[in-house]
Amino acid sequence: MTKTALKVTTPTDRELAMTRVFDAPRGMVFDTLTKPELVKRWLLGPPGWTMPVCEIDLRVGGKYRYVWENADGRKMGMGGTFQEIVRPSRMVATESYDDHWTGGETLVTTELVEARSKTTLTMTVRYASREARDAAVKMGATKGVEASYDRLDDLLKEETR
Amino acid sequence: MKPTGYTLDTTFAALADPTRRAILARLASGEASVAELAKPFDVSQPAISKHLKVLERAGLISRGREAQRRPRRLEPRPLADATDWIERYRKIWEWNYKRLDAVLQELKAKQKKAVDALLEDVKPKPRKRKLK
Repeated sequence: MTKTALKVTTPTDRELAMTRVFDAPRGMVFDTLTKPELVKRWLLGPPGWTMPVCEIDLRVGGKYRYVWENADGRKMGMGGTFQEIVRPSRMVATESYDDHWTGGETLVTTELVEARSKTTLTMTVRYASREARDAAVKMGATKGVEASYDRLDDLLKEETR
Repeated sequence: MKPTGYTLDTTFAALADPTRRAILARLASGEASVAELAKPFDVSQPAISKHLKVLERAGLISRGREAQRRPRRLEPRPLADATDWIERYRKIWEWNYKRLDAVLQELKAKQKKAVDALLEDVKPKPRKRKLK
């Protein structure tokens, strides 16, 4: 119902895609994805985390490095290399978490499409192999079947329009 | 215990198709026969049967005992891992994007202010009427 609902789909068996509409032109959205002083303000994950390290060398072959920290001093880091940069419409970068909770390196493609001064952002995470994806899936599989079943209905309905 | 032959691969392959997702969505609200499942779709019954076979092989659905109808029903277990994983992503990015909305609103407000100031500078000054 809400225009800003996040849509999560699995376009292929090794990919996960997330689509979201933002009420801003895509040049501006692109900036918020690539300028450290802006990225630091929103790419924080669950509440309670800050981002003390955010370095972005925005060019093909350039690297980026993010480190998050929570109140207990727990740290989590990740980084990668830019493979494609087409401002303001497209970006491809590798992504690898320090502790490999995502099951190794992934390739992340970000696409920005603008219509009527709104921007649709699609981020596709591609796993290097089926094994990597399986590892990622299993890594955080802590919740019970019941909890998942409760959400299943919503998930399937949303994905089928 | 996971059903025999269940792999994440077959789960994801099964989920990748919109018709199959729609079938699962339908089955989430109760079991249904092949004919009942075919009804809302613009595809033939054999085509639906093919989709059902894929879903069955993935362990996502099973058949009831009832001889004639053989109703299909949803098997939530194999989907549990996959949905957990997807939900994890969803949660994190919902948090992120909500904050990003706020950042974008702020940038837009700033930009508007800058543009307004610029327009104010280039605007020809009113000659007679003075605005207070």
